[in-house]
Amino acid sequence: MTDTPIDRMTRATPRSVARRVRGLSDRAIAWLFVAPTIFLLLAINIFPLIWTVRLSFTNFAANRPGREVEWVGLRNYERILTSDGIWSNMQTTAHFLIWTITLQVVIGFTLAWLINRKFKGNDLLTTLIVLPMMLSPAVVGNFWTFLYQPQIGLFNYMVELLTGTPASSFSMLGAGGLAKWSIIIVDTWMWTPFVMLICLAGLRSIPDYIYEAAEVDRASKWRQFWTITVPMVLPFLMLAVLFRGIENFKMFDMVVLLTGGGPGNETLLASIDLKREAFEKWRTGYSSAYAIILFVTVFGLASIYVKALNKVKER
Amino acid sequence: MSAYSVTEPSRASKSIAAVLVVVYAIITLLPLLWIISTGFKSGPDSISYPPRVLFEPSLEGYVNLFTTRTRIGAEQFAALPPPETWYDKIVRQSGTVIAGQSRFGERFMNSVIIGFGSTALSIFLGTLAAYAFSRFKVPLKDDLLFFILSTRMMPPIAVAIPIYLMYRELGLSDTHLGMILLYTAVNISLAVWLLKGFIDEIPREYEEAALIDGYTRFQAFRKVVLPQAATGIASTAIFCLIFAWNEYAFAVLLTSGNAQTAPPFIPTIIGVGGQDWPAVAAGATLFLLPVMIFTILLRKHLLRGITFGAVRK
Repeated sequence: MTDTPIDRMTRATPRSVARRVRGLSDRAIAWLFVAPTIFLLLAINIFPLIWTVRLSFTNFAANRPGREVEWVGLRNYERILTSDGIWSNMQTTAHFLIWTITLQVVIGFTLAWLINRKFKGNDLLTTLIVLPMMLSPAVVGNFWTFLYQPQIGLFNYMVELLTGTPASSFSMLGAGGLAKWSIIIVDTWMWTPFVMLICLAGLRSIPDYIYEAAEVDRASKWRQFWTITVPMVLPFLMLAVLFRGIENFKMFDMVVLLTGGGPGNETLLASIDLKREAFEKWRTGYSSAYAIILFVTVFGLASIYVKALNKVKER
Repeated sequence: MSAYSVTEPSRASKSIAAVLVVVYAIITLLPLLWIISTGFKSGPDSISYPPRVLFEPSLEGYVNLFTTRTRIGAEQFAALPPPETWYDKIVRQSGTVIAGQSRFGERFMNSVIIGFGSTALSIFLGTLAAYAFSRFKVPLKDDLLFFILSTRMMPPIAVAIPIYLMYRELGLSDTHLGMILLYTAVNISLAVWLLKGFIDEIPREYEEAALIDGYTRFQAFRKVVLPQAATGIASTAIFCLIFAWNEYAFAVLLTSGNAQTAPPFIPTIIGVGGQDWPAVAAGATLFLLPVMIFTILLRKHLLRGITFGAVRK
C-alpha cells in the first residue's frame, strides 16, 4: 500500500482526535450519501407526478401552450370513469393480464420442475432459455410483426407444418380476433423464463430432508408434490406474479410495435390508450387524470396483493 | 449416507425432463435464430414462401442498415463507373446507388452514450445510498426504501408530459444529459435495492477493524467496502445498462433528432414497398447481441437482478 503523508499523519494523530477533526459524523455521512438519490427522485419522479395531479384538474393541452388554462375540477375524472372506452380497455388489459400470467405460471413452473431434475447440462439450457426476457421489448415486438406475416412469416408457416392450416389463411395481426392472442403469445415467449427462474429458486430452497421424511412416512410422490412442493414454492410464485402483473399493467413498448392497439381497438390496452390521448390527441388534462387513475389502480392492487403474499409467507 | 438417495430423481425421469426442456429451448430460441439469419438474407430470400432455412448469405441487410440509397434512371445507371468497394457492389445488384450514410450509427452511439452515462451515474449514487441504508441508522429507513421502490411502479406515460414540459423549460429536451438523468432516475431504485443486498452481505467486522486501525468512514468505505462489493456492483451495473439499452417509451416520447436511441429507430427502417426486413434484422442483431452476451456473463446473479434482490440464490 502506498504511504502518503496523510497516511503517516493519520497514524501519528490520536484516534479520538482524528475522528473528530477529519471524519464527518456517521449521521452526516448517511445524509450526504442518501440525499443525492432522494433529490434526483424528487426532481424527476415526484415533482412530475405532482404536476400530473395538478394538470388532471385542468383542460391544459401541451401542444397549445398559448391557450388559457381553465380549472375544471373533477370533470376529467368524471368523464373518464363514465366513458365506455375505459371499461373496454380495462377488459382488454384484464384479458391480457389473466392469460399471460396463467400461461407463464403453468409453463414456467413446469419448466422449473423439469430443470430441477438436475440432468446434465441444465445450467447451460437455463441460460439459453432465459435470453428472450433480457431483450428490448420494442425490437422484439417489431420483429414479431415479421414472424406473424400471413404468407412469409415463420409463425404462420410453423402452424401450417404442425396443424395443416394453410399459412395464408389466417392473419395473427389482422382482423379476425387473433390479434389479442398474438400479444399474449409474444409476452409469454418473452417472460415465461422469468417465472421459471423464480420458481427454480423456490424449488431449490426446499431442503431434501423434508422429502426424506415424507418418504419414510410412505407418502406418495403425488401427495409429496401437493403437500410439500407446491406450498413451499407458492410464495416465490406469488412474487413472480406480482412482478409480471405490475409490468404487464404498464405494458407499452412490445404491444405498441406489434399491434399499436389495433386492429380497431382490439388490443387497445389502457396504457396504449393513455399514450394516444396524451401524445396523439394532446388532451393533456384528460390524459393526466387517466394516468392518475391507472397509477392508483396498480398501486392499490399491488398493496392488497402484497398483504396476501405476506400472509402466505407467514404460514 | 447410503449410495441410494430418495430425493435423487431416477435416471429415466432425468432423461425425460432433459428431452422436454431441450424441445422448449429449441422452440423459444427459434425466433432469435430467425432474426439473426434474416439479417444475412437477400431481400427476395427474406420474403420467400416457404420461409428459407438454407440460403446464400448476403451482407445486403447490413449494408442497407448503414446506408441510404436511391434508384436512378437506366441510362444513368449504365453510365456509372464500375463499383469501387464491396458494399457499392452489393447495392448495385438491386439497381440502386448509395446516397449517403443512414442514421443507424448515430442512434447506436446515442444508445451507448446514454446507456453507459446513466449506468455510471446510477451506480455512483446507488452505491452511496445503499451503503448508508445498509450501515447507518437513517431516519424513516424503511419508508425511504419503499418510496424508492415505488417510483418504479409508475407507468412512464404518467410522468412523460410533465417531464417533457420541464425539460423544455430547462433546455434538456432531446439532449443526452436529459436522457441520462431520466434513465438514472428510473434505474436508481434497482441500483439501491440490489446494492443494499450485496453490501448487507459484507461482514461489518471488516470495516470496524479498519476504523480501529485509524481509517475514517470514507476511507473504510473506499478501501474496504468497495473492493468487497465489486462483483455486486458489476452485476448491478449490467442490469442498469440493459434497462437503459432496452428502454423505448421515454425514448420515443421525449427525443426526436439529436438524442434518440436505437430502439425507436430500428422499427422505422423501411425499404422499397414496406419494411426492409434484412436491414431490420441486421439492426436488431447488432442491437440484441451485446445483451445476449451480458446475460450469459451475468447468469449467476440473474435471479437477484430481476427481482430487485428479493430472491437470492
